[in-house]
Amino acid sequence: MEHTYAPATGVLSGIWLLVAIPLASAAILLLLGRRADKWGHWLGVLAVAASFVLGLIFFIKLGGLPADKRSAELSLFDFIDVGRLKVDFGLLFDPLSGVFVLLITGVGSLIHLYAVGYMAHDEGRRRFFGYFNLFVAAMLLLVLGNNYVMLYFGWEGVGVASYLLISFWYTRPSAATAGKKAFLMNRVGDAGLAIAVFLMFTTVGSTRYADVFGGVASLSATTVLIMGLLLLLGAAGKSGQFPLQAWLPDAMEGPTPVSALIHAATMVTAGVYLIARSHPIFSANETLQLVVVGVGALTLLMGCVIGAAKDDIKRVLAWSTVSQIGYMFLGVGLGGAAYALAIIHLLAHGFFKANMFLGAGSVMHGMHDQVDIRRFGGLRKHMRTTWLTFMTGWLAIIGIPPLSGFFTKEPIIAAAFDREGWTGWLFGGAAMLGAGLTAFYMTRLFVLTFHGPERYTEENTHPHESPAIMTIPLVLLALGSVVAGWVMSTTVVDWLNPVFGEAPEHHESLWITLLSILVTVAGAGLAWALFRNGTALAPEPAGFVVTAARRNLYTDAFNEAVFERPGVYLTRALVYLDGKGIDGLVNGLAAGVGGGSGRLRRLQTGFVRSYALSMLTGAMLVVGAFLAIQLGWLA
Amino acid sequence: MGELKLPPIDYGALAPMLILFGVACLGVLVEVFVPRRSRNAVQLVLALLGVAAALTVLVINRNTRIVTIGGAVAIDGPTVFLQGSILVLGAVSLFLIGERSVEAGGAFVAQAAVLVGSDKDSRQSAGQPGLTEVYPLAAFALGGMLLFVAANDLLTMFVALEVFSLPLYLLCALARRRRLLSQEAALKYFLLGSYASAFFLFGIALLYGYAGGVQLSVIHQAAANPQRSQLLLYGGLGLVAIGLLFKSALAPFHIWTPDVYQGAPTPITAFMAACTKVAAFGALLRVLYVAFEGVRWDFQPVLGTVAALTMLVGAILAVTQTDMKRLLAYSSVANAGYLMVGVLALNPDGLSSTMFYLVAYGFSVLAAFAIVTLVRDSDGEATHLSRWAGIGRKSPLLAGVFTFILLAFAGIPLTSGFTAKFAVFGAAVAGGQTWLVIFGVVTSMLIAFPYLRVVVLMWLSEPGETTPAVSIPGFLTSAALGLGVIVTVALGVVPAPLIDLTREASQFVR
Repeated sequence: MEHTYAPATGVLSGIWLLVAIPLASAAILLLLGRRADKWGHWLGVLAVAASFVLGLIFFIKLGGLPADKRSAELSLFDFIDVGRLKVDFGLLFDPLSGVFVLLITGVGSLIHLYAVGYMAHDEGRRRFFGYFNLFVAAMLLLVLGNNYVMLYFGWEGVGVASYLLISFWYTRPSAATAGKKAFLMNRVGDAGLAIAVFLMFTTVGSTRYADVFGGVASLSATTVLIMGLLLLLGAAGKSGQFPLQAWLPDAMEGPTPVSALIHAATMVTAGVYLIARSHPIFSANETLQLVVVGVGALTLLMGCVIGAAKDDIKRVLAWSTVSQIGYMFLGVGLGGAAYALAIIHLLAHGFFKANMFLGAGSVMHGMHDQVDIRRFGGLRKHMRTTWLTFMTGWLAIIGIPPLSGFFTKEPIIAAAFDREGWTGWLFGGAAMLGAGLTAFYMTRLFVLTFHGPERYTEENTHPHESPAIMTIPLVLLALGSVVAGWVMSTTVVDWLNPVFGEAPEHHESLWITLLSILVTVAGAGLAWALFRNGTALAPEPAGFVVTAARRNLYTDAFNEAVFERPGVYLTRALVYLDGKGIDGLVNGLAAGVGGGSGRLRRLQTGFVRSYALSMLTGAMLVVGAFLAIQLGWLA
Repeated sequence: MGELKLPPIDYGALAPMLILFGVACLGVLVEVFVPRRSRNAVQLVLALLGVAAALTVLVINRNTRIVTIGGAVAIDGPTVFLQGSILVLGAVSLFLIGERSVEAGGAFVAQAAVLVGSDKDSRQSAGQPGLTEVYPLAAFALGGMLLFVAANDLLTMFVALEVFSLPLYLLCALARRRRLLSQEAALKYFLLGSYASAFFLFGIALLYGYAGGVQLSVIHQAAANPQRSQLLLYGGLGLVAIGLLFKSALAPFHIWTPDVYQGAPTPITAFMAACTKVAAFGALLRVLYVAFEGVRWDFQPVLGTVAALTMLVGAILAVTQTDMKRLLAYSSVANAGYLMVGVLALNPDGLSSTMFYLVAYGFSVLAAFAIVTLVRDSDGEATHLSRWAGIGRKSPLLAGVFTFILLAFAGIPLTSGFTAKFAVFGAAVAGGQTWLVIFGVVTSMLIAFPYLRVVVLMWLSEPGETTPAVSIPGFLTSAALGLGVIVTVALGVVPAPLIDLTREASQFVR
C-alpha cells in the first residue's frame, strides 16, 4: 500500500489552529494568575469548543475530497536539523486523526462544561482549567503530528498534564501517590517509545510517518519486530495494558469523576491510536501481531476478573476500562478489518463509559460520597434518571443488541475467531469468555447499586436525584450509548478505509453472534440470581481465585518483588560504595532539618583519602582497559 | 644553534583571553585603590565590561581560523563557539556572584581568614560586605577556561587547566555561612584536583615520549604510524583522559562533585556547573577529535563504559539525596554522561550536538542554582529537601519556575532538555553508539524520578513550620533566572538557529 499524504491546501492549512487555540488559552490561564479567576473557566470552555467547531469544519472539508486524496499534511517549520537528523514541526490531518480530533474536542468540551458546574466552589478552578486546556492541546498534538517525534511531544505533554490533573487536589495524599505511580509506569512506556523513535532514525533515517511506513518493507523482520515491541511497550504504558496496567485504576480512583473521565475517554486511547497509526509496522510482522493480540486478550481477562472482585464503584469501572481497552488492543492486533472495529469500539466506549462514570458520580453525590457498592441497594426508587441512564450504559457495555456495545464488541470477537489455526480459537475463546465475565461483573455492579434491599450503613442517608446540570449530560450520553454503535458500525468503518485500506470480506457468522449473546445473557443472569438479594456488608472469606482477584492478581506484589526491590538493593549498594550517601538515606532523615555545620563536618571528615583511592582504582581500570584492548587481551 | 625566533602571534585572535586576564589584573589593582564602599559596584561593572568586550572581539573575529603562537593555540569554529558560550554563561554567573540584596553583604565571606565560630566570624556573617576579590578570581578563571578550549598542545592545555582551577579552589572556600563545609570542599577539590592534574601531566609525558611533541596534530600524525610503542600511546591517552574526565565529573572521577557543589557558595556552584562543564568538555572534544581521532575504535568502548557508568551513577544516587545542592550535583554528573554520549559519536553531529547541549544545560543549571540561592532562612540557604516541602503554596511563581527547570532536566519536550538530549542521542545513533543511546534513554527515565520527587514535595506536601520564606530576588538574580528560563524555553521550541550555529562551527583545525 502507498503511504503518501497530500499537502494541506485551502481551509485545511489552518489545522495548526486546533492545537494552538487550547495551548494559547492554557498559557493565558496559567500566566495571568488570579487576574483571570473571574472569567478563566469560560475562556477554557470556549477554547476547546472552538477547536471542536474547527475540527468539525476540517472534518467535513476532508470528507469532500476524493477518497484517495483524503489527507492534509502541513509542515510548519524545521524543528531539529542536525546532519542526517531532520525533524519537521509538521501536522497531518487524515481520517484517523480526524476521528480522534472530534472525540477529544467533543468529549473535552462536554467535560469542560460539566466541570464549570462541578468546580463552581473550588478556588483553584482557573488553574484546573489551565491544566485541562494543556491536556487537550497535548492530546491534539499527539494525534495530529505527522511524525513520531511530534507524537512523542504530545505523548509527554499528555503525561505531564495528566500528572498535574491527577495531583490537582493536593490535599489528598492518595491522589499524590496515584500521580507518582502513573508517572513512573508511564516513564517505562515512554522509554520504549523513545528508543523506538531512535531505532527508526538508525534504520529508516526519518520519523515521518510517510517515510517510516514506506521504509518498513526494506527492513529485516527482526528490526520490525523490535521496533513494534518497543512501540507496544509505549502503548501499553499509556493505555494501561499488561504489564503496565497497575497505574490506571489508581489514577482513576483519583480526585473526581471529572479527571477520571479525562483519562477514560481520551488519554488511554493514545495507545490504541499509536498502534492503529503504526499499522504498516504491525501488519508487517506476524509475531508482532500475535504479541499485541496476546497482550489484549490477557489484559481483557485480567480486567474482568479483577473487576468482578472489587467493591468500590469507581474501581470496578476503572478495571472495566482496562478490560475494554484490552478488546481494542485485541482488535488492532488482529489487523485488517479489525483496525476499524477497534476504533469504533473506542468511540462507542467513550460514550458508555462516560455515561457510567458520570452516573457513578451522581450516585456518590446522592449517597454522601459512599463508594462501596455493598452499601448501596434499591437506588432505583430514589434516582430514576440515574438508574435509567446507567442501565443503558450497562446494557451497552455487556453487548445486548441493539445497544452500541453489541455492534462494536461482537465483531471483534468474531474477528478473533476468524484468525487462522488454533490461535483463532484461543483468542476468540478468550474474548468470548471476557464477554461473559463482563456481563457478570457489570450486572453485579448494577444490581448491587440500584436493586435489592437498601443496605445504607450511615445514618441519615437520604438518597436523592442529582440536579439537572448533572443529569442532562447523563441523558445525552445515554442516547449515545444506545445508538452510537449502530450508527458508527458502517459509516466510520467506511470513513477509515483510506487509512487502513479496503477491508477484506468479513465472514458473517451467525453462530458466533448467537453464542456471544448467549454467554452474555448467562453471565448477566448468573450475577442477577446471585446478587438479587444484596450481599454481606463485609468481604466474605473467599477461595483462591477471588482472593487473588482482590489483590489485583498479585501484579502489584510482582512489580514490587521484581522491579522495586532490586532497584532498592541496587541503590543501597551504590550508596554504600559512594560512602557518603548514607547522609542522604538514614542520617538525613533522622536528623531531619538542619544544616548544622557540625554534623556535616563530622560526616565529611576523612573521606579525601577514600575519594583518592576510588579515583586511583578508576584510573587503573581505565588505563588497564586501554592497554588490555591494545595488547589484545580483550579483543 | 640557530637564533631564537619569536613565533608569529595573532593578537586579534587571542584578544578575548588577553582582555579577561587584563581585566583580572585591573581588578586586583581596584582592590588596592578603590575605597571599600564602592568596590563591589566597580568590580562587578569592570568584570561585566571585560566579558562584554571579550565577547565583542570574539564576535568580530568569529571567522578567524588560525593556529597561532607556534601551534599552542588554535582558533577555529569550536573554539569560537565554546569561548562564546563560556563568556555568556560567565556573564550570567557574574550576575549571581554580584547579587548583594538577597543576603546582606552577598554570598561571600567578609574575611576569609577569621576563625570559624569566633566572635569575628559571627560578626562577619551578620552582614559585613563580602570579599570583592571574587571578581578578579572569576575573571582569571574565565580567562583560563577560554584558553583551555583553545589550547592546541597539551602543555598549554595543562597551564590553562591550572589557571582556571586555582581560582576555583579559592572561590569554593569563600562561602559566608557554613564556612567549615566550604573550606573543606575547597581543600578536597584542591587535593583531588591536583591529584588529577598529576595524572594529566604524566599522560603528557608519555605522549611526548610516544610522539616526540605535545601538539595535538603531532600526536595525530604519530598515531597513524603503528611502528611506535603502543604502550606509550594508550598509557598516555588513558592518563590524559583521566585528567579531563575529572574536570568533566565523569564516573568514577565524579566523586568530588557532590561535596564541592554542596560546600561552595551557590553562585560559584552555578559557575562551575555551567562554565567549567563547557571548558572541560571543550577540551575533551578537542583532544579526542583532533589528536586521537585515528584510534577511535580503541577508546570508544572504554569511554563508552565510562559514560554508561556515569549516567547510571548520577541517576541512581540522585534518588537518595536529601540536599538540594547534592541532588543537582548528581544531576550534573548524569548530564555529563549524556554529554559524553554526544562526544563519543565522533562525527560532526556529535561535536555540534554536544556544544548545543552544553549551552542548553548551562542556562538551565544557572536558573536552578539561582533559585537555590533564594530559598533561605535566617541561617542562610535552606538546602535540605525537607525544607522545600510545600514551598509551592507559599511562592507558586518560584516553585512553578523551578518545576519547569526540573522538567527540562528530565527531558520533557518543548524544553531545551529534550532537544539537547535528542540531538546528542541522534548523533550517537548515527555514530554507531546505539547501545549508549538505549542506556541514556533508560537512565533519563530513571533520573526523572528524583526531579519528580522534588516537584511533589514542593506542591503536594504541607508546608511545615520550618518551611523558609522565599527571598525576593534582586535585579541581578532575577536577570539570571529570567535568562535561564527564557533560553530553556526558546531552545526547546525553536532550537534550529542555535543548532545551525553549532553546525557551522563544527570543524576543528589541526
